[in-house]
Amino acid sequence: METKLRALPRRNVRSVPKVNSSWKKVLHNYELYLFLLPTLIYFIVFHYVPMYGVLIAFQDYMPTLGVSGSPWVGFEHFERFFNSFQFWTLLENTLELSVLQLLFGFPLPIMIALLLNQLRNQRYKKFVQTVIYAPHFISVVVLVGMVYVFFSPNGLINNFLMIFGAEPVHFMSQAGWFKPLYISSGLWQETGWAAIIYLAALAGVSPEVHEAAIMDGASKWQRILHVDIPAILPTAMILLVLSVGNLMNIGFEKAYLMQTPLNVSAGEIIPTYVYKVGLQGAQYSFAAAVGLFNAVINFILLWAVNRAAKKLSGSGLW
Amino acid sequence: MTQYVMNRSKLWSRKSKEDKIFDLINLLFLTTLSLVVLYPLYFIIIASISNPDSVYNGDVWFWPQGITFEGYERIFQDNRIWTGYKNTVLYTVVGTLVNVTLTLMAAYALSRKDLVGRNFFMILFVFTMFFSGGLIPTYLVVKNLGMVDTMWALIIPKAVAVWNLIVARTFFQSTIPDELLESAKMDGCSNTKFFLKIVLPLSKPIIAVMVLFYAVTHWNSFFDALIYLNNEDKYPLQLILRSILIQNEASASMVGDVESFAAQQRIADLIKYGVIIVAAIPLLVLYPFIQKYFVKGALIGSIKG
Repeated sequence: METKLRALPRRNVRSVPKVNSSWKKVLHNYELYLFLLPTLIYFIVFHYVPMYGVLIAFQDYMPTLGVSGSPWVGFEHFERFFNSFQFWTLLENTLELSVLQLLFGFPLPIMIALLLNQLRNQRYKKFVQTVIYAPHFISVVVLVGMVYVFFSPNGLINNFLMIFGAEPVHFMSQAGWFKPLYISSGLWQETGWAAIIYLAALAGVSPEVHEAAIMDGASKWQRILHVDIPAILPTAMILLVLSVGNLMNIGFEKAYLMQTPLNVSAGEIIPTYVYKVGLQGAQYSFAAAVGLFNAVINFILLWAVNRAAKKLSGSGLW
Repeated sequence: MTQYVMNRSKLWSRKSKEDKIFDLINLLFLTTLSLVVLYPLYFIIIASISNPDSVYNGDVWFWPQGITFEGYERIFQDNRIWTGYKNTVLYTVVGTLVNVTLTLMAAYALSRKDLVGRNFFMILFVFTMFFSGGLIPTYLVVKNLGMVDTMWALIIPKAVAVWNLIVARTFFQSTIPDELLESAKMDGCSNTKFFLKIVLPLSKPIIAVMVLFYAVTHWNSFFDALIYLNNEDKYPLQLILRSILIQNEASASMVGDVESFAAQQRIADLIKYGVIIVAAIPLLVLYPFIQKYFVKGALIGSIKG
């Protein structure tokens, strides 16, 4: 089809109205649209209808009346949330957890990838990779279950501390331990997997560059600093944008599972609050308002970081 | 040529004293790292077959003590775990089937350059990665569709993951040459036939990646079941695990016959270790063989992502 068009004199091709040829293409490829149809319906029903449904944040939603019939209340729910005594605690917990996660979760995989890349023994490298990727596939429930059994008053950690004569610590019932445990268990689970992408970037570095550096007498350390790090910088930049842009979308399931009545003051974050108020307490409109607040902050962050990255390095997400 | 190759390998093995120290520290560091990752998993295995009193008193470190299979016996007698297992297998199989079918079909269509409006569709899909209506509006949609308390609530609302769609599309774009389509068209091959007879057989690696990614997600998911299911007979394994591991509710049938409260607690702990192993077994067994597919999938996605 295309070859035929190309064979025609140029003027003729131009004179075909564009819309018409588009329609012909659509009709010609009608099967492709049928392939796409179920997915399109899925995204509309389960992603775009809820985006419309978020209007209930500005209403007093009543299930019998639906989104179109419920009375409007403006920003009442938002005001109630901003003025509630939990607002600042929630915001602080959410931001603190995600910033801490970024602070440790961002540089560690880079470091591990750089070091793994220096291993000359390929079999040992493979072994280390296989081991450190494994926790990624453990479910949240099992991970948190492991945290509970290991950090219980007679768990592995306390038994270890007691060797040195320490008193058992009730980790899961102290608010102060919530964030350290959340962050460190997250690092244990995801650091190895997150290194994959950097390892791929490092594998793309041409060996000649390294050889030239060795010829010039560069040590391994110097090669890491001057060859490897510049090579993975663009990848790191994009991932940084993505994770800052997702700062408010913190792993809700894990925080929820790790909460106990005694540590909840440190562990309550906006998404767990939405779940409790909205689904357990059936305050749909109020919870939708809180959720929308979270989503909007997150979107603004992503947009701002992407802009900054574009200005600084010329590459962003869009 | 051989001389060149030899020089090269000599060059790479040339080591200054500084490099030797670096290598040593690096090796020590990575070995420690592997141990830190591996030990908790290893400890769960040995704790699950050790005498619960020894574990409680901190006598178990490197080898199981007073080997007993009591924990596993109690786990296998428990109906909830079997029901959960059965449900999870069902949800994983049906869910993955729906996921993979929809994702591959849509990804192929989106990979075609002659699909009018493909950028519009891509933007429509990708936008949902960055903004969503949130938990409550989504819940209300599922509820209004009458899916609450059915297995479809766990499957249909998660029918397509944008990220996997991007991965599959990138794969099709880079592996199915345009010339192939051209020549098939010359022979009067329809799009459907081309997709089924030519594209799919060439796409086995990406099918494997998709099946694995989706299957692991279904196997591990618990939150959708938590919000959409009320009937305990429909609970997937992860919800049962939650009640045993986190809410500390080893069911009465599991520890009810044990006399003292303290002994009950210890056996409940033994059950916890065993349950972690039972839940992780399918993955633990398969993991070393399928690991390369996961890595492949993660990398295909990152090209475009």
